[in-house]
Amino acid sequence: MFESLSERLSGILDKLTRRGALTEEVVNEAMREVRRALIEADVALDVVRSFTDKVRNRAVGQDVIRSVSPGQQVIKIVHDALVEMLGSTAQPIDLAAVAPVPIMMVGLQGSGKTTTSAKFGRRLSERSRKKVLLASLDTRRPAAQEQLRVLGEANQIDTLPIVAGQTPTQIADRAMMAGRLGGYDVVILDTAGRTHIDEALMAEMAEIRRIANPHEILLVVDALTGQDAVNLARSFDERVGITGIVMTRMDGDGRGGAALSMRAVTGKPIKLLGVGEKSDALEDFDPQRIAGRILGMGDIVALVEKAAAEMDMAKAAKMAAKLKQGTFDLDDLAEQLKQMQKMGGMKGIMGMMPGMGKMAKQLEGANLDDKLLKRQIAIISSMTKKERAKPDILAASRKRRIAAGSGTRVEDINRLLKQHRQMADMMKAMKKGGRGGLAGMLGGLMGGGMPDIDPAMLEEMARSGQLPGGMPGMPPGMPGGLPSGLPPMPPSGGLPPKLPGLPGLPGLGVKAPGSGFLPGLGKKK
Amino acid sequence: MSETEKPGFFKRLFTGKSDAHVAEAAAETAKLSWWQKLKTGLSRTSSQLTTGIAALLTKRKLDAATLEDLEDLLIQADLGMTTASAIVATLKRERFETDISDDEIRKVLAAEVEKVLGPVARPLDIGSDHQPHVVLVVGVNGTGKTTTIGKLSAKLTREGRSVMLAAGDTFRAAAIEQLKIWGGRVGAPVVAGEQGADASGLAFEAMRQAKDAGTEILIIDTAGRLQNKAELMAELEKVIRVIKKQDPTAPHTVLLTLDATTGQNALNQVEIFGRVAGVTGLVMTKLDGTARGGILVAIAAKFGLPVHFIGVGEGIDDLEPFEASDFAKAIAGIGE
Ligand SMILES: Nc1nc2c(ncn2[C@@H]2O[C@H](COP(=O)(O)OP(=O)(O)O)[C@@H](O)[C@H]2O)c(=O)[nH]1
Ligand SMILES: [Mg+2]
Repeated sequence: MFESLSERLSGILDKLTRRGALTEEVVNEAMREVRRALIEADVALDVVRSFTDKVRNRAVGQDVIRSVSPGQQVIKIVHDALVEMLGSTAQPIDLAAVAPVPIMMVGLQGSGKTTTSAKFGRRLSERSRKKVLLASLDTRRPAAQEQLRVLGEANQIDTLPIVAGQTPTQIADRAMMAGRLGGYDVVILDTAGRTHIDEALMAEMAEIRRIANPHEILLVVDALTGQDAVNLARSFDERVGITGIVMTRMDGDGRGGAALSMRAVTGKPIKLLGVGEKSDALEDFDPQRIAGRILGMGDIVALVEKAAAEMDMAKAAKMAAKLKQGTFDLDDLAEQLKQMQKMGGMKGIMGMMPGMGKMAKQLEGANLDDKLLKRQIAIISSMTKKERAKPDILAASRKRRIAAGSGTRVEDINRLLKQHRQMADMMKAMKKGGRGGLAGMLGGLMGGGMPDIDPAMLEEMARSGQLPGGMPGMPPGMPGGLPSGLPPMPPSGGLPPKLPGLPGLPGLGVKAPGSGFLPGLGKKK
Repeated sequence: MSETEKPGFFKRLFTGKSDAHVAEAAAETAKLSWWQKLKTGLSRTSSQLTTGIAALLTKRKLDAATLEDLEDLLIQADLGMTTASAIVATLKRERFETDISDDEIRKVLAAEVEKVLGPVARPLDIGSDHQPHVVLVVGVNGTGKTTTIGKLSAKLTREGRSVMLAAGDTFRAAAIEQLKIWGGRVGAPVVAGEQGADASGLAFEAMRQAKDAGTEILIIDTAGRLQNKAELMAELEKVIRVIKKQDPTAPHTVLLTLDATTGQNALNQVEIFGRVAGVTGLVMTKLDGTARGGILVAIAAKFGLPVHFIGVGEGIDDLEPFEASDFAKAIAGIGE
C-alpha cells in the first residue's frame, strides 16, 4: 500500500533534511516535485494544488525550531497536512440504529461492491456477532445475484433468496421486510454498478435509498482509479448522500492516489480498505497510521514534535522569568496574543478545556471573535520598539499615529493599554505571592463582556481538577498564586492541538474589571 | 462503420442534455453511439475538459499560463505528467504566443493526441489460418473481460463465424454462470468446469473440444488478477503453456482489457501482462462514464500495442472499433 508514493515522497523530502537552511525557493522546488509525485500517484489535480499550497504557506510562516533542521520541520508540516487530507480521525462504520440496520453499497461497475459486501458481512458476523442478511439488487450483470449467494454460502452469511423478475427496488423492499421478520441486525444491500452519468440508474439508486432508508451508504471506489475518481465521488454524493467510502484493491498499487483525494473532495470519511481477494482482506482506515505509512518518516515527525514541545517550554520559561521581574511589556503581550491565535482564538482555547463549553458559547455570544485578536496584534505592531517596551510614553499624538497605522481607533488603543496595565499589575501581585490566582485571572480574561461568569465557580472548577493545569512546558515555580490543585502536566508530545507556552492571556474584556492571566491551560484529556 | 446508420461515439459527446435532443437523436438512429452518449454525459458533469478549455481560451492567447492550464486539463484526462508535458511542449514549439481561437487550439491539441494514437488504432483481425483461432482474454479484476467476450462473440457470430467460449475464470464466484449467460445470448457453446477447478486444465479441455467441433474461434476467459501478484501471474503463464501443448502457435490473440477509469496503474498493467501473457492488443472498457481513458495515450506512446475496441456500456452492442481521431477529440473536448 502506497509504497511507490512513499518512496517518491521520502526521496524528495530527504534532500530537504540534508540542507542547513531553507530558502523559499528550495521549498518551492520541493513542492513542485511533491506535486509531480502526487499527480503520478493519481491524486486529483485540485487536491494536489491545495495540498502543496498549504504546505508552502505553513513552511514559510513557521517559527524556526533550532534543534531540528528546517527540512525536518517541513517533513512534519507535510505529515500534518497529509493527516488532514486523509481526515484526521478514524471513523468506523456506524451501526447505532434500530435493527435491522440497512447498509447500502454503491459505485461504478467492477469497483468491488459485491466482494466488499461479503467481506463486510463476514466481519460483522464474526467479529461483532451480528446477524447479517446479504441482498443483491444487481439485476443487470449476468449472474451477479448468484455471485453474492455463493459468497454468502462460503462465509456462512444468509442471503436473500433470489426471485427472478423482481426489480431492484422490489428487492430492496423485500430485503428490509426479510430483515425485520428474520430478526437480523444488519441488512447489506449490494447494488448494481452504474456510471454516475447514467440518469436512469442514478434515479433508481435514489429510489432504493428512499425505500430502504440506509443508515450507511458506502461508495465503493477502486484504488486504481485515476483523475475521474473525484467526478464520480462528487456525483454519487450529490445524488444519494454517501456516508462513507470504501477503497478497494489497495493491494494493487503503490500509488493509491484516489484514496488521498476522496476525503478532500467529498468531505466524507474513508471507512474501510479492501486489501485482497480473500473474504477477510478488509481493514479499518486510520488517517494517522496511513499518513505515517505514506511518509515513512515517523522518527523525524516524532523528533520535531518533541523539539517543538521543548521550544515551547523554553519560551515559557523565558516568559516566566520576565514575569518574575515584573517586566511584562507590550512585546510580551503581542507574543501571547499570537499564541492565542495559533490555538484558534478564545473559542479554541475554551473548547480545549473540559467543563468550559458553556463559556465558549458565551464567548460566542459576546462576539469576542478572532478579529479582536487580529486588531490587537495590529495595534502593537504599529508601535515603535521603544513604545512597546515603555508604553508610558504613548501620548495622544503617538496614539493617533498608531491608530492610523493599524486601522483602529484611539479608543481601541486605550483599551489595549488598559488591559496590558492590568495584566502587568496582576503579574506583580502574583509575584508577591498573594492568593486569588485563577479566579481573578479568568475573571480578567473574560472581562466585562462576561457578566454572568462567577469567578468563584471557576476557582472551584480549578480546585476540583476540572480545569487541567500546567500547560505543556509550564516551568516549575511559576509566578506565585497558582492554585495548588493544578498539577503541572508533562509536556508530552503527540495530540494536536498543542498548547505552546502560554503563561499569560491578556484580558479581552471590554470593561475588564479584573486582570487576566490564565496559567492553567493543559491539553484536553 | 457508416456514419448514417450508426454515428461514432464522437457524435454523442455533445448531443446536449435536453431529453428532446436525446429523443430526437434516438429517433434518428437506432442507437446512440459512444460519441453521442459522451456528449450527453459530459454536458452533465460539472468539472470537465470541454468547458475548461473553452473558459481558458476565450480569455487569452496561447501564452505560458494557458499552456500550463492545457497541461492541467490533459493531466485531468489521465494522460499522466510525462505525456501531458510532451504534448504541451509540442504545442509550445509550434504555436507559442500566437493568437489562436479556442476551436483552433482544440484541433491542434486533438491532432497532437491523434498523432500518438493513430498508429495503434488497428482493427482486430481474426484470420482463418488457425483452426481454432485462440483468443485469450486477460486483465485485472472487474475490468470487463467477461463482458467484452460476450460482446465480441456477438459480433463474430453475427459475421457468420463459429465461436466457442471457455469459462476459464474458475476463481470468482458465479463467473462461470456469467459467461454461460453470455454464451446463451449469442448462441455460442461454453466449455465449463467446476468453480475452484484448475484453470489450465479447463483451457486444455476447451482446446480439445474446439478442435473436435471444428470451431473457428475459441475465446478463453480468465480470472481477473492484479499484475503485482506473482503467484497469480504464474498461474496465467501456466494456462498459456498448456494451450501451447495443443497448438504451439496459440494463443493467437491475447486481449488485455483496461478500465477507462484507471489511472497511471494501467501503464504497469500493460507492461506486466504484456511480458507475462504476450498481449497482442488492447480493449478499453467503460468509456461510457466521464473518464476519458487518457492513459491510453501514454500507453500508445510507450508500448505501441494495437488498440482494437472500446467498451461503451453493458449491452451486447456496446463494443465499438477504436477510432484514434474520435478518441483524441474527446480528450481535447471538441464538439462538432
Ligand atoms: N458501463 C460499462 N460497464 C462495463 C463495461 N464493460 C464491463 N462493464 C461492467 O463492469 C463490470 C465488470 O465486468 P466483468 O466483465 O464481469 O469484468 P471481469 O471481472 O474482467 O470479467 C460488470 O458490472 C460489467 O457489466 C463497459 O464498457 N461499460
Ligand atoms: Mg470475468
